[in-house]
Amino acid sequence: MNDLRELYEEVILDHNRNPRNYPKKPEGTTHTAHGFNPLCGDEFQIHLRVKDGVIEDVGFEGAGCAISTASASLMTEALKGKRVEEAEKLFEVVHDLLTREEQVDDDELLGKLTVLTGVKEYPMRVKCATLPWHTMKGALEGKKETVSTE
Amino acid sequence: MTRHAPERMPESAALDLERVRADFPVLHQRVHGRPLVYLDNGATTQKPLAVIEALSGYYRHDNANVHRAVHTLAQRATDAYEAARQRVARFIGAQAPNEVVFVRGTTEAINLVAWSFLRPRLRAGDEIILTGLEHHSNIVPWQLVAEETGARLRVVPVDEQGALILDDFESLFNARTRMLAMAHVSNALGTILPVQEMTDVARRHGVPVLIDGAQAVAHQTVDVQAIGCDFYAFSGHKMYGPTGIGALWGRMSHLQAMRPYQGGGEMIRRVSFEGSEYAPPPARFEAGTPHIAGAVGLGAAVSYLEAIGPDAAGAHERDLLQYATRRAQEIPGLRVIGTAEPKAAILSFVLEGIHAHDVGTILDTEGVAVRVGHLCAMPVMQRFGVPAVARASFAVYNTRDEVDRLIAGLWKVNEVFGR
Repeated sequence: MNDLRELYEEVILDHNRNPRNYPKKPEGTTHTAHGFNPLCGDEFQIHLRVKDGVIEDVGFEGAGCAISTASASLMTEALKGKRVEEAEKLFEVVHDLLTREEQVDDDELLGKLTVLTGVKEYPMRVKCATLPWHTMKGALEGKKETVSTE
Repeated sequence: MTRHAPERMPESAALDLERVRADFPVLHQRVHGRPLVYLDNGATTQKPLAVIEALSGYYRHDNANVHRAVHTLAQRATDAYEAARQRVARFIGAQAPNEVVFVRGTTEAINLVAWSFLRPRLRAGDEIILTGLEHHSNIVPWQLVAEETGARLRVVPVDEQGALILDDFESLFNARTRMLAMAHVSNALGTILPVQEMTDVARRHGVPVLIDGAQAVAHQTVDVQAIGCDFYAFSGHKMYGPTGIGALWGRMSHLQAMRPYQGGGEMIRRVSFEGSEYAPPPARFEAGTPHIAGAVGLGAAVSYLEAIGPDAAGAHERDLLQYATRRAQEIPGLRVIGTAEPKAAILSFVLEGIHAHDVGTILDTEGVAVRVGHLCAMPVMQRFGVPAVARASFAVYNTRDEVDRLIAGLWKVNEVFGR
């Protein structure tokens, strides 16, 4: 049970039960991308309103497992008010947190997102956690094609 | 809802379960500290020692290429390969071993029929009938040949229980119908299709029939003559045999009229740059060096299964299915997807508000292996309005104790999610 709790942290369960900024497409959305992992069925739209290089508002729609849903929800909270470069930096740090062997000590930047650390112990589930982030990055880059992490 | 005590009932009498379990080395291990409960048999079954030793014995003693050299090992390899073909032929009721083509698996068998049999006779506006219960491997090959020719697919609808709606089945047939392709058993729901009755209808209209038997052959006796179909496809690895080997059975008159699927060695009688003369079936469809060890392993799997009896295995599995279905009712929020009768030992379900992948991960930490996802049957998922399901599928070596472990694992899932 203990190691399971590292994956299904209270914060993750909470964000899965009550996803923040969901379902929501901010008024005046400037950037949108579609993320889909066909094998799992996780599917999200990530919407951002960017003005003068700042992410003013962000929301998401779609459905997925607890890990992908919580990851998306936490991401939207973390991104609001950030500059686009900061969001890109955060993408890199979260990506490292989920995929790199070494420990990532960037707690200040990560904040609440450190709860995603437990996912690393479940290699089959890493793609669930990274899907919203890759989709967000795709949105910022103006990607038209569907993003996938499978 | 309360937790019920597990029911203690005798396992089916026809099987010596302990002996059967002893035949499968992989079952005797711990996963995440718990004894493994393997309930992903619909994806692939485990292999008995008889199969593992047949593979190893072939490589240790007999390995050579088939149908070529004159030396002793080549003769032994050829004999072993052809003996496996004979066993497979007898196993499904073929009239002659030459009606059995060794392929990589069900998928390749269906592609072979789609391209070598159907494609040359398909014209724009022609129709192929499929059912709403098909695995992607019995949809996409037909879609590919249809796209190339301008033919179209027609689909037999599925009801709320997961049975085919056959009231208007016959009205799907017309002068443009060129093929009926259907599963024997639905991999996603377990529904056993009335293949014999459906084949009768197709034959009345002169339409050839292919049956995807991947989920059937290990769980019931299959007799292609009794069914009356034209092609029957199945995989070795879902019937206790190796991966990478399967069989296509076809009527000899069809096989003889079909063009090769791939070109290469083994499939020709004479080659010149002006043209080649093809070998008769089944060699015509077995270009290149085949998976000889795989075929030998498949032959061993057939013998193993025949010794147990596919019907006895199926009866034991159905008993487990009934027990599991009954106990699953205890779990708050659980909904079984697919309740049509008759049903093979496949239990697909969703837990309200909990994604199948979370169910799968938590069960795994309890040592219980199930399949989660769309099960390569997206149209079935769409029909039932779910993105994914969890599936427990049973084999001859599973036990009621293992069903209890599954049920306990599902309580754990609810516990983690605070239900």
